[in-house]
Amino acid sequence: MALSRPDSDQRTFRNTGYGLRTVMLCILSVAIMALDHNNEHLKSIRSVLSAAVHPIRLLIDAPLSLGHWIGDNAATRSELLDENHRLKKKNLILNARLQRLVALEAENTRLRALLDSTAKVNGRVLIAEILSVDMNPFRHRITINKGSKDGIYVGQALIDADGIIGQVVRNQFFSAEALLITDVDHALPVEIVRNRLRTIAVGTGDLERLSLPFLPRNADVVDGDRLVTSGLGGTFPPGYPVGTIHEISSDSGEPFLNVSATPAAALNRIREVLLIWPEPDSAQRAADEDSAGAARPPEEAGTIAPQKNTAAGDLQ
Amino acid sequence: MSHAGSPRWPVWLVLLASAALVSLPLPDSFTPFRPPWAAIAIIYWIMMWPRAVGIGSAWILGLLLDILQGDLLGQNAFSLSVIGYLTMRFHLQIRIFPLWQLTMTVFALLAINAFILFWIDGVAGHPSAGFARWTQVITGGILWPPVMTIMDRIRERLQRHGPTFP
Repeated sequence: MALSRPDSDQRTFRNTGYGLRTVMLCILSVAIMALDHNNEHLKSIRSVLSAAVHPIRLLIDAPLSLGHWIGDNAATRSELLDENHRLKKKNLILNARLQRLVALEAENTRLRALLDSTAKVNGRVLIAEILSVDMNPFRHRITINKGSKDGIYVGQALIDADGIIGQVVRNQFFSAEALLITDVDHALPVEIVRNRLRTIAVGTGDLERLSLPFLPRNADVVDGDRLVTSGLGGTFPPGYPVGTIHEISSDSGEPFLNVSATPAAALNRIREVLLIWPEPDSAQRAADEDSAGAARPPEEAGTIAPQKNTAAGDLQ
Repeated sequence: MSHAGSPRWPVWLVLLASAALVSLPLPDSFTPFRPPWAAIAIIYWIMMWPRAVGIGSAWILGLLLDILQGDLLGQNAFSLSVIGYLTMRFHLQIRIFPLWQLTMTVFALLAINAFILFWIDGVAGHPSAGFARWTQVITGGILWPPVMTIMDRIRERLQRHGPTFP
């Protein structure tokens, strides 16, 4: 049996120092955990270590990337023609929509000018690829192949073609870690498109479901309402789709409705994501909106500047 | 006959591979069945070759795992150090156990590992992972006999070749 000659050296291995060493390492671990838990004191150390394990990440990702590459190369001519055809059609439709968008944008600029507000400009975007590396399977996190070398910052919003995916939570040199909107630790400010009702969408730990726990029983929500980011809080730029409400229920005696929504982005099927840089003044504006929308101190209510942005939100 | 001079880097390759296996992408539905590879590898190597792999290796592997998984830094390092210590303390007893008894011991060690991770998650205020963490322990225990056979092959090769490992 294989067990017959373990460590076949005849002298028995006696290592006397390992108890003390274990205690020291455990104390060190606890110290590191405490430092890491409190305000990320170890950011730089984590960044260095992460750069060191980057080759492992690439190695894990390699088979899948290779698979994609082979798939791309082995596509037959008819498949490519098909895809080309489909994309052309889609492009036509998108272009048609874009024509309307130009008009709407002009109108928006005019209206904003009337309100004495700054015009929105399109933010810069960057395409990043998700590394096929499973992180802790109990959290909804992803690793992307762009990092601080590409100018990514913590708190940056990630979107795909259909809507919001999440935000960057850790920024390393070659890669970054992002938290998906369905993680239980994630919450994002949203509004309902139909009536601009603002609320918070909280992750549930289920990739197909978001929860809206703070809607009162008399709130005007119906099945199928679409949710977009409200831009409050400053992390996510306003107006990006988040999801669709698909279930509303209420327990008598509970002050709030149980509302759940399906995320618009296909969170478990994405491969490429877009990182967006908001327009330069949006952080300032979001801060204004936040203070004006949440608490609205009386001295600000009299001024014009902070109020104009919430005017639309307050119409509901 | 002594293999004190046997190279240790192949062992580290195995340990790194175990860390990579932990992060290998699998469909979500497989999460409850993903065995804790790194803990299994550490238990095996400390038990069978304590000269080459010790508590320090367990700690470093744990730290690596923390980085790869984006966990709290030190979480896996702590739990792997603890089960590394337990394995080291009892390695002479457990490696002459019959296979079923050894599997039970590995079971217990993996459960301790899972419990420490669960406990640290709780203290740090992270959401509990539910059942998946405990079903992973069961998968790990079930997979121990075949994994051990494979690792035995690797170890025999390493220790037979001595200082000039190909």
